[in-house]
Formats: sequence, structure tokens, C-alpha cells
Amino acid sequence: MFINTYSQISLYLITLLLLAKPLGVYMANVYENNPMLLNRLFAPVELALYRLSGIKAAEEMTWKQYVAALLWFNFFGGLAVFIVQIAQAYLPLNPQQLANVSFDSAFNTAVSFVTNTNWQGYSGETTMSYFTQMLGLSVQNFVSAATGMAVLVAMIRGFQRTHATTIGNFWVDLTRGVLYILLPLALVFSFILVSQGVVQTFKPYLTIPMVEQVQASPPTQQTSSQTIAVGPAASQVAIKQLGTNGGGFFNANSAHPFENPTPLSNFLELLAILLIPAALCHSFGTMVNDPRQGWTILTTMTLVLLGALLVTLHYEQAGNPLLNALGVDQTSSLTQSGGNMEGKETRFGIVNSVLWATTTTAASNGSVNAMHDSFMPLGGMVPLCLIQLGEVIFGGVGSGLYGMLIFAIIAVFVAGLMIGRTPEYLGKKMEAFEIKMAAIVILIPAFFILMGTALAVLSDAGKIATANPGAHGFSEILYAFSSAAGNNGSAFAGLSANSPFYNIVLGIIMLFGRFGIILPVLAMAGSLAAKKSVPATVGTLPTHTPLFVLLLIATILLVGALTFVPALALGPIVEHLQMLNQL
Amino acid sequence: MMTTKHQSQPFFTKQLMWVALTDTLRKLAPQQQWKNPVMFVVYVGSLLTTGLCITSIYQGNEQQLGFMLAITFWLWFTVLFANFAESIAEGRSKAQAASLRGAKRELMAKQLNEPHYDTDYTKVVSTLLRRGDVVLIEAGDFVPADGEVIEGAASVDESAITGESAPVIRESGGDFSSVTGGTRVLSDWLVVRVTVNPGEAFIDRMISMVESASRQKTPNEIALTILLVALTLIFLLTTVTLLPFSIYSVDIAKSGTPVSITVLVALLVCLIPTTIGGLLSAIGVAGIGRMMQKNVIATSGRAIEAAGDVDVLLLDKTGTITLGNRQASAFFPLNGISERELADAAQLATLADETPEGRSIIILAKQKFALRERNIQELGATFVAFSAQTRMSGVNIGAKQIRKGAMDAIRTYIEAQQAKFPDEAKQLADTVARRGSTPLLVAEGGRVLGVIELKDTVKGGIKERFVELRRMGIKTIMITGDNRLTAAAIAAEAGVDDFLAEATPEAKLKLIREQQAEGRLVAMTGDGTNDAPALAQADVAVAMNSGTQAAKEAGNMVDLDSNPTKLIEIVETGKQMLMTRGALTTFSLANDLAKYFAIVPAAFASTYPELGALNIMGLSSPANAILAAVIFNALIIVALIPLALKGVTYRPQSAESLLRTNLLIYGGGGVIVPFIGIKLIDLGLTALAF
Repeated sequence: MFINTYSQISLYLITLLLLAKPLGVYMANVYENNPMLLNRLFAPVELALYRLSGIKAAEEMTWKQYVAALLWFNFFGGLAVFIVQIAQAYLPLNPQQLANVSFDSAFNTAVSFVTNTNWQGYSGETTMSYFTQMLGLSVQNFVSAATGMAVLVAMIRGFQRTHATTIGNFWVDLTRGVLYILLPLALVFSFILVSQGVVQTFKPYLTIPMVEQVQASPPTQQTSSQTIAVGPAASQVAIKQLGTNGGGFFNANSAHPFENPTPLSNFLELLAILLIPAALCHSFGTMVNDPRQGWTILTTMTLVLLGALLVTLHYEQAGNPLLNALGVDQTSSLTQSGGNMEGKETRFGIVNSVLWATTTTAASNGSVNAMHDSFMPLGGMVPLCLIQLGEVIFGGVGSGLYGMLIFAIIAVFVAGLMIGRTPEYLGKKMEAFEIKMAAIVILIPAFFILMGTALAVLSDAGKIATANPGAHGFSEILYAFSSAAGNNGSAFAGLSANSPFYNIVLGIIMLFGRFGIILPVLAMAGSLAAKKSVPATVGTLPTHTPLFVLLLIATILLVGALTFVPALALGPIVEHLQMLNQL
Repeated sequence: MMTTKHQSQPFFTKQLMWVALTDTLRKLAPQQQWKNPVMFVVYVGSLLTTGLCITSIYQGNEQQLGFMLAITFWLWFTVLFANFAESIAEGRSKAQAASLRGAKRELMAKQLNEPHYDTDYTKVVSTLLRRGDVVLIEAGDFVPADGEVIEGAASVDESAITGESAPVIRESGGDFSSVTGGTRVLSDWLVVRVTVNPGEAFIDRMISMVESASRQKTPNEIALTILLVALTLIFLLTTVTLLPFSIYSVDIAKSGTPVSITVLVALLVCLIPTTIGGLLSAIGVAGIGRMMQKNVIATSGRAIEAAGDVDVLLLDKTGTITLGNRQASAFFPLNGISERELADAAQLATLADETPEGRSIIILAKQKFALRERNIQELGATFVAFSAQTRMSGVNIGAKQIRKGAMDAIRTYIEAQQAKFPDEAKQLADTVARRGSTPLLVAEGGRVLGVIELKDTVKGGIKERFVELRRMGIKTIMITGDNRLTAAAIAAEAGVDDFLAEATPEAKLKLIREQQAEGRLVAMTGDGTNDAPALAQADVAVAMNSGTQAAKEAGNMVDLDSNPTKLIEIVETGKQMLMTRGALTTFSLANDLAKYFAIVPAAFASTYPELGALNIMGLSSPANAILAAVIFNALIIVALIPLALKGVTYRPQSAESLLRTNLLIYGGGGVIVPFIGIKLIDLGLTALAF
């Protein structure tokens, strides 16, 4: 089994790293507006779009103008999704005649998709019409991802430029991100998914007579048919994987056979989770004219992911020790995957479930093919921790890397002092303003995760939603707030979060978790662009060495651990210890 | 030779201790604490637990009281230890500064009614002198205030501030025209215009820099404080939210009691970066103090910090890289002229030349050919002094005209007489220049006789210093008025990275601007008035104390020893200060890991006894575990005071290896030390039967 496990993991990581480089360089060319082959195809469309919407593509923006454009765009985007939901009963493409969504759920969902979180308090097939899924949610899947990439590119321009007042044009970055990167990738990917059997149709749900009648509860009712939900899923699944959105077409997300039917579709969907975040590291290296910088960040991310993966794999494959004590065979063999299979698809087994759980939480994707809530206490703690690290281990498209660069700045700041120079990163001196912005970026998720959880455990509305008593219930609440603040979107699904309390509080937290970070990042981009660039000497702290990778990992883990260890001790850690005590 | 007076002090003298201790208590005022946000949190925490203790006593709630009192007691000690660190640093630096201005006492000054010698003066107290007043200082008088000589020349004993016992000459005009208050005129007299108002002298500014009231935080100190505040806020969040988490946990586990406020305050204080927070200002003050120990007065902490970042050092050749006294070492006659003839002409041309260079030519002629000195009067010769126009000097004996000067000057002189300047002379001169020596040509009438080689010696050990600097990533540029060939040869011999030959003040300024435009930070030393623009432009500008007032005003540091090599030490001190901050920040953060292992299982012992598995140090009881962590947290501040004051040792090496070393010592050490420390304190507490 050893070979089986590790060959799958290796195949995944190697394919990912191989694809990342060419895509990364391509994306750098897109944002640098370099001449490319695809220009012929897209340039006319691009120009037409600019003319249509009155955008002057050549005009650059200051960071404040960039922020304003970004906020207005996202505000109206969110408003549109909200309106579509609360009016879907009157809109076309609603074959199941689903009712209008409640105000609090519509608010939560609109925010969730605008912020690239895709937290789903609702269940797709019983709540959202095809119209809402396609024109509301899928559109945001594209533009929220493109927004994240735009912010990243603006920040990279901060490093590239000297004595500059502008950081690019938001409308151009947004348009190019969608047109040249996300649309082509999603188009190709959705065709492949359809080939694997992911559904793509406007037809109503199917009602199939059952071969055998089932006695349902209450027992007086006989059930003779089953409704099978279908819909235009493939087009949405492709982008939800690629854009680190994660919001499933169906409630079961990628555990559903119509979203993820085959081993190949599973592999490709897994690949899509990390593809753009990994490639962006190379875009970064290319754009700052030092590919080693990109490799350093990518190596850091990969190592932390690998560590997380191995820990989760260990606890899930070992299974529940209490069952071992009862004599249950949990070893993996040719006939069974072994380990803790509760909440996991037998189609995917331990390795692919664990691989998905760690990548989807490392990246702020949030799609699932297994139920994180059912993982072993420490196995489930790892995905939780990956979110709490700030969604910087790959992270969301764009957002993961700009978050990671903030950590690099903090690492450089402390380490730079230790070599006796005022710290600099990529030639830019890190001064009070940068540290202030970086501090806000670190503080915001910590504040909302901890205060949100505190609020929930103090209020009845918060406490009542937990499915499990004891420490696990606490973990469920902590996970929900971590997921919202980190814009991840996955859940310990035992929590019944579709209540006004959670919909509104989590909605507000998702907004702060997204825009509360974008603002300081763009402010920093503006400040960096205005600075001069210091040439590197042997006295400069090198930021492309194994030592720096180590330092960066230590910084991320230390900040994460120091912030969340007490909370984790009261959740998964004590749950684990209690379990061992029952032996 | 220069002798640097390192006023090293014993670490804690009795008097220093006493002042520091009273200062420690004085700093307990809230407005003083507020300046240090991290320690302010500890301060508020201490007040809170004190209040809780009083309430408990008042309510007669004796349970836990011993524990609460112990925690409160140690929290106050944490505050006091941080105050003490700052006080002792201030005390040492103030003592340092006081010793620098020791001689500066209140004296009677002779204020002149008109700004020139030979007028009446009135005696006034020196502290009443204002900028622009003119005073007369005669032999035996002390210089009453910093000023500029406007008339006269005198030998001055500056040992009070430099430690250099040999008297120096101060005279009007030129680059040696400034005098410092507290020094003493030994011979002759000076008329001096006072250049500072009372309390504005360099030393006064320096003393105010180390006093907390007027101390400005440096840019990097501000940035670091922001980071520390952010970390403090994170830990505040972590501990504040633990109360609801704990209440909820008690609720669901149905056992135990929620964590107490005292424990939460203890946890908070242990987690926030008190080690660096408590020592941060001490590090800055000590940095200024270390500069003073090196006899350098910085006018701002900002300048010391910038010194650590310097990328380019501009060093004057003469006096910094070479010994500066050029000596004649050989005569090279042209074809058809004997060496003796050349030596004879050279000696004649030099007779009236009293410069060390001139003397050395006469000595060389005497050594080689036993040519005795002749008397100018007896020869009926007239001396032709060096002038800026001709750039030659020499002698006229009847119709015989002998001149000596640089090649260009002699060429012009020869060509003016319709004669041809021989190629051989140029070749000879170039050969000499390529050796790094200065060629001096001698001509008689329209005929070039030959070349005198003036040799300048590169200082011993300077090459190794430049290797060190290169390893630190600092580029050295030699500045010299010499021609390119000489400059290139000396540059190669000394091992500098680059040089600026035939340097004019404009060329210097241009060079600095170019380097800065490429993003580099430039440091330089200077003493002359014509250095002032370049000094003002440079990021770290060290003016020699012997230099002009203009140079001192333009620079941001003054070297009392007037030793240009000091620049290297200044850079090292700047780096040391930054490194100490970084090292203690890393140490402080790494410490938290062990504190979590001590406090988290202890805080929730009643609700979740299972968490005892995290008590990997095997601490004796929850109360002792928390107390041990708090005690460790307080004591580590005291333990690190010497490091904060002395600074982390700096050895020139690449950034990468420096980082590896420091990360290992302060990061790795920071993780391990508290595990051992807390365990030992716990054992101690058990032994004392707490």
C-alpha cells in the first residue's frame, strides 16, 4: 500500500509543478501585456469590451483609484447576485420552480461568492435555479478570482516600479485575467469534465421509478420513485476548481458522482485546485525579473502542504483507535482502503480524500470530496490549521500569493534586522508603513476568527447549531469562522449554519476577510511603487535560498501557532486526548 | 599617532545603580509607561491583578490569594525590570556623555567688544555666550564654547575630549579653524566667533538624545514597535477570547471552573513580546552610548541606524588609506643628466619649502650625495612660492630658474618657453605614477632635468579592513586629488573597489548623487569647508572635530578623534544596534512556544485534565506552572540587559551566514532556553514548597 499511496501523491505534485511553470510565464505575459499568439483571438474582444464600457486602457490608476474601482465593481457584483437570488422565482431557467432565497441566506451567498469564499449555507439542488447558478454564482466565480489576481499583479508592480505613482489599471487587469486566463482554461476543463460524465444540461431534474419500493419514514409512506438532480454543472465545476472558489453545484460538492464521476475527473479537479496558485508563483518570479524568488515561494508552499498532507494521511490511515480496540480491521489491503472511512467516498479512499482535504484548505478553495467533519480529531485539525495559517499555502488565486508575500515581508523584517541592516525585500526597504499594512493583514483574520467564535459560543443562536456535543462542537464553530475569515468556504458540516445568525455574522466576516486585506495590500503596493530600489549586495539578505525557505516556513507556522494554539487545544487537541483516554 | 580613548566603564557602579534604581521607580508614571505600548499592557495587567487581589482580601476570599499575590508581585517586577533596563542604559550613556564634556565647566570668557584682536573685552560667564559673540582666548584659557577661529593661531590641548595628548594647531582660515568648548589654549591667542547658543553644542544635543523625555524614535524603531504592537494585539485577542471559550468548554464538559482573570493576565504577559519590548529603548540608548565610547558624537539616532545600511564608503586617500606623509624616495634623471645634478637642482628648488614633503627631498639629497643645505640668502637666491596659478614652486638664482611641480604644470612651463616637453619625461613620470607614487618634475630654464618620486605608504592592515567591508557587502571608493595613474596604483595596493582621481568638491558631490540615484546609501568623512556640500548630501556624514564649523554643521556625526578610519567602526556599531533588536525580537517570539506548553494545560486543568498530556516539562502543579512562566518572563529581561547594552557581537561576513548564525543562536536558543528555565524555576518553587 505504501507504493500506491506515495505514487499517487508524487504523480499529483509532479504534474502540478510541471504545469505551473509554463502557465505562470504565460500569465506574466498576459499581465505585462506582452505580444502573444492568443492576442489575435482575444485582442478584438478585449478592445470591444473596453470601447463598450468606456474604459481607457492606457490610463493607469493610483492605488486609491485602483481600490475604488475594485470596491465599486465588487459592490455591484454582489448586489446583482443578491437580487438574482431573491427574485429567482420570477426569472427564467428555473425548471424546478424553486422559491426565492431568503434575505439572510441571499446576503450570505452573495457575499460568499463575491469574496471568492463560496461558503454554502444552502444546498444547491434544492435552493438555486439554473439561472442563479449560472448568471449569479458562476459569473462571480470568474470575476472574484480575476479580482484576486488583479490585486496580486498590482502588488507585484509595486515591487517592479520605482518612484511611480500608479499601479496599473484595475479594469484592464480584471478583463485580461478573465479573458486570457480563466475563460480558456475553464472552457477546456469543462469539456474534459463532460467527457468524464459531469452533467451539463438545462433539462429539469429526472424522476426515476425505483426498482424496489422503499419504506420511508414515516412508515405509512411508500416511496416508489427518486428525483435525480441535474443541471449545467460541468461549466460551474470547472471554474469553481480553477478559481479557488469551491462552491459546488450540488450540496455534496465533488463527492457527488455528477460533479466528480471518475478517478481521472478527481485527479484533474485536484490539479485544478492548485494549478493557478502554483503558477502565479512563477508569474511573480518572471515579473520581478528573478525566477528564483518565485521558486522560493513555491517551494515554501509545497513543503508546508506536504507536511500537512503527511500528518493528515497518518491519522486518517491509522483509523480510529477505539475501533481497533474493538477488534475492527482498519488496515489497508487490496480489498479495503482501511483507516477512517467515515464521511469518505469509497471511490476515492483515504489518499485521494486526504489529498483533496489538504489541497482545498491550503488553497482557499473549499470544495470537498469527503466530509472534513468526519475526519479524526487531529486529521481534521490539519485542514483547519491550513486555513488558520492565513490561506497562504497556495491560497486563493492571487490572494494566496499576496498573503504569502506579506509573510515574506514580516520574515524579512525580523531576519533583516538580525543581519544588521534595515530590512529590504526585492530591493524595497520595509519601513513603518509597510509593517503597519502587513500587521493589519495578519490581524484581520485572527480578529474575526477568534472574536466570531467567541460570539458564537456565548450566544444561544451560535451554540444551538452544533451537531456534536463536547469539544467537537467547539471545533465545528471554530472551523466555520476560520473558513469564513480565510475565504475558504469548506466546513465541518455538522454545523447547521443556514440560520440568520450564522448567515449574517459569517457574511460580514467574509467581507472583512477579503476586502480588509485587499485594502492594506493595495496601499502597500502604492507605497512600494513610490520607493526607490536598493541594489542587492552580499550584505543584502538573500531571499531565494533554502535558509530563507526555512525562515518563511518558521514565520508562518509561528504566527499561526501563537494565535490559535489555545483555541485548538480546546477543540481538536482535547478531543484527540479524550479519545485516547477512553482506550 | 591617534589614540582612541575607550572609556569603558564597569557595568554597574554603585552610583550608577542608585540613579538607575530611583529612575526605575520614577518611570512607573503612566505617561512614561504609555511610550512603550508592550510594557504598557503589562502595566495595565499588573494594575488589574493588584485590584483583584485587593478585592479578594476585602471580600475575605482567601482561596487562591497566595497565587494571585505571587503573580501580581512578579508582574510588577516585569514592569520594574524593563524600567531598570532603560534607566541603566540612560545612566551609562549619560555618564559617558558627561565624561566627554567633563572639562566644560562654567568659566569666565573674555568677550570682545569688536570682532578683532587688540580691542577691549568684558568678562562674562561662558554660559551666557550666544551665537555670534566674539571672544578672546589667550594662552592658558579654556575655550568657553564651540566656535570658529577668525583671527590668530594657537596650539590647543584637546585631550579633554579626544584623549589625544599632543596639542593641535588651530588657526583662522583653512580647515583647522574650529575649536570645541572645554579645550584649552596652550600658547598664543585666538579670536573666536561663538557658533552655538547655550545648550545647543554637540555634546548637549547628544545628552538630550539619551534622555527619554526628548528622545525621538528612529524609523526602524518605529517600524519594529508597530510589529510588536500587532503581536501584542494578537495575543490580547487570543487571551481575551479564551474566557468565552473556557466558559463554553466548562459548559459542555460539565466539569471545572472557567479560567480566572489572573491566569489570563499571566498568560497575556508571558506571550506578548516583553523581552524585546522591555529592552527596545535600552538598545537604542546603548547604541548612542557605544558611539560615544568610540568618541563619535551622533546628532541623531537616525544617523546611527543609517550607518548599518551603508552600501558605499567614500574614503579620502590621504590620512585614511595612506599614512599621508609623502616622502621623496628616488631621483630619476633624464638621459644626459646625472642623478647628482638632479638632486642638486631639486635641493635648491626646495630650500625654502618647509612642508614635510619638501624636507624629505632635502633629506634624500643629503643621504644620497651628501649635499649639505645651503643658505638662500648666501646664494642670493629668491624663492618662488607655490601658487594656484602656476602650481609650481622653485628658486631663482641670478638667471638660473629652477622649478618643480606636477607634470602638467611643468609641461605648461616648458612649452611657454617655446621648448619641447620631452617624451622621456612623460614616460618617467608615468612609471613613477603607476607605482602609486607621485611624480614631481624638476626643470631648469627650458630643460627638464628629471623626476623626483614621492612615495606614499599605504597603512598597514587597511587592505584587510577593505576585504572585511567587501564581505559585509560595502563598496569602498577612494577619493584623491592625485592623477589617475597614481590613484589607480594606490587603489590596487590598498584593495579599494573604485577610486575618484583628481577629485574636486563638485566631482565628489556628483559621485555621491550618482550612487544615491542607484539606491545606495553613502557614508563619507570630511573636514574642510569645501567638503560641506558632499557631507550634507551623504547619508552618513562624519565630520572631523578638527575640521571647520561648516563641515560639522553639514555632517550628522562628529568624530572627536578626527580619525577617518573610524567610519568603519561607525558602520559596525550601526549594524550591531539593528542586529541586537532583531535577535531579541526573534528570541522573544521563540520563547512563547515553551510558555504555551506551561500555561495552556495548567489553565484548563480543571475542565480538561486530559490536556495534562501537553505538560511535557512535567511541571509540579497548575499554579506553579503559571507562576514559573511569569517568573521566567520577568527574569529573562534582567538576564538580557547586558546583551542589550553591549550589543550582539558583529563579525564581518555575508548576510546569509550571519543570518544562519543568529537564527540558530536566538531562534533556536529562544525555543530551548525557556523549557529549561521554566522547569528549573518550577523545581525551585517546589523546593520552597509553594
